[in-house]
Amino acid sequence: MSWLGPEEWQAVALSLKVSLWASLLTLPFGIFTAYALARWHFPGKQLVNGLVHLPLILPPVVTGYLLLLTFGPQAGLGSLLQQFGISFAFRWTGAALAAAIMGFPLMVRAIRLSIEAVDPKLEDAAATLGANRFWSFVSVTLPLILPGIIAGTILAFAKAMGEFGATITFVSNIPGQTQTLPSAIYAFLQVPGGETPALRLVVVSVAVAMGALILSELLARRAARRLGGL
Amino acid sequence: MLKVALRQPLADFTLDLSFEAPAGVTVLFGGSGAGKTTVINAVAGLMRPETGRVALQDRLLFDVKQGVWLPPHRRRLGYIFQEARLFPHMTVRQNLLFGRWFAPRGAAREDLDRIISMLGIGSLLQRHPAALSGGEKQRVAIGRALLSSPDLILADEPLAALDEARKEEILPYFERLRDELKIPMLYVSHSAAEVARLATSVVVLKDGKVQRQGSATEVLGDDRVMPTGVRAAGALLEARVLRHHLDGLSELDAGGLSLFLPRVQQDPGSLLRVRILAQDVILSRQKPEGLSALNILPAEVEQIRSGTGPGAMVSLKTEAGRVLARITRRSAQALDLAPGAACYAVVKSVAIARSDVSGTPQTEA
Repeated sequence: MSWLGPEEWQAVALSLKVSLWASLLTLPFGIFTAYALARWHFPGKQLVNGLVHLPLILPPVVTGYLLLLTFGPQAGLGSLLQQFGISFAFRWTGAALAAAIMGFPLMVRAIRLSIEAVDPKLEDAAATLGANRFWSFVSVTLPLILPGIIAGTILAFAKAMGEFGATITFVSNIPGQTQTLPSAIYAFLQVPGGETPALRLVVVSVAVAMGALILSELLARRAARRLGGL
Repeated sequence: MLKVALRQPLADFTLDLSFEAPAGVTVLFGGSGAGKTTVINAVAGLMRPETGRVALQDRLLFDVKQGVWLPPHRRRLGYIFQEARLFPHMTVRQNLLFGRWFAPRGAAREDLDRIISMLGIGSLLQRHPAALSGGEKQRVAIGRALLSSPDLILADEPLAALDEARKEEILPYFERLRDELKIPMLYVSHSAAEVARLATSVVVLKDGKVQRQGSATEVLGDDRVMPTGVRAAGALLEARVLRHHLDGLSELDAGGLSLFLPRVQQDPGSLLRVRILAQDVILSRQKPEGLSALNILPAEVEQIRSGTGPGAMVSLKTEAGRVLARITRRSAQALDLAPGAACYAVVKSVAIARSDVSGTPQTEA
């Protein structure tokens, strides 16, 4: 990738790292939340549903500012986590957190839809055959919702690659630390002569997005073929 | 022995019943909406009733008073559902072996090869459920339930989703389950034909209550028990095969009377159940002569029941057992039929379908 300058390459690598962590670390929470929303009845379900979807509707700047208020160095939760060596302020981890929060609703939606498509009667059947809830989930539900999980993860990944507003508000735009692909494009466009590197990053951006879509399509098709059994 | 006592308010009525299911096949018999599925789901643990108690042998599965409620995966019951419910992402073989992962080590294991050959599914093992016919799916579902080493088999209208030909394909497997494996079974059905074929004992449900309980012969011979309408009413006779005639008929002995049926598969000496539909029986006061029908049974009228419709249900006592006949009220008057009256019940041989003839449950003998 020698046609990318070191600063551009840094932004691309950082974006990939941030997005990968953001989408993979949220996956267990995403599956759990989607399952709870699809299958369980509990008080405050609508509230949880609203909270999960909030980042989708709020201006990203607002989400970023709320993150700053919650996880910033001056905030209670932020300073508490700092004592355990976990710091988000102006670090790539903060960019990953922002990307994760922004991608979470998309992931939950995709997985929830696939869980709702699985007949709960199959889980009943597994139970009568001796499988407890955990095993019936692992051996029956999980394989059946695999296409939804793949789609949700890739959506969250793509969202993380493009996340801009919340990230720049929360952890600023520091090259090598928090300057992700979109932030870098934005920074290049602010200086004279920056159009060429910006355009190169745009090409990378489009390529990654297309690659993710094609990959998800292939994986989902393979999973569906296995389920169809034909 | 399965003992069930339940109380649960439902939409239209309150389910409130108790019954005991002895060894063999106990059929929960009733029309749709009688509460049959609720009962079987409560036994399986898929539904938690308000109050009640379910005990299997010496194992307590559920007791509100003692605060016992075993979750379904710890009840060790093999459930055969109406719609097979095979796992679509697994092959037939993986479906069959699913329950084995969870069976306790000491459990008596049904032999995989034996079950596969009994159900005739050896050629399907590598297929996925999507590539199976309805009847094949149901056979795999039976195998899957059996192989989980259950203490009791539950079956919720396992034939209802199949067409007539497929029903005939699956019913014999349930008969073999009953006679060869001797696993006790609770079988939900709204079909008198299935009761006649399978039941060792019958529990008739109506609006959430037990309307009647007894052997298949007793219950089907009772004209008040007609959960699915008069068209399905018909008494059961027990008869032993005497000989097969060259012209394609089989001669059976029912309490000293000869019955001629189209050739049955069973060998001479076997004890059979024959279901005679009430609407296929003709009554005559004099012994008919010059009649094509081969079965003419001397009978005595026990009871005549009629409603507002044109029909009347006549319950008859014969040497062969109780026979039900459905005739018009006009005929009953014209023949001057009344309890105690002597008459002849006439049944055409060809009116008795092969599916209405079956072996008696061996547990009953």
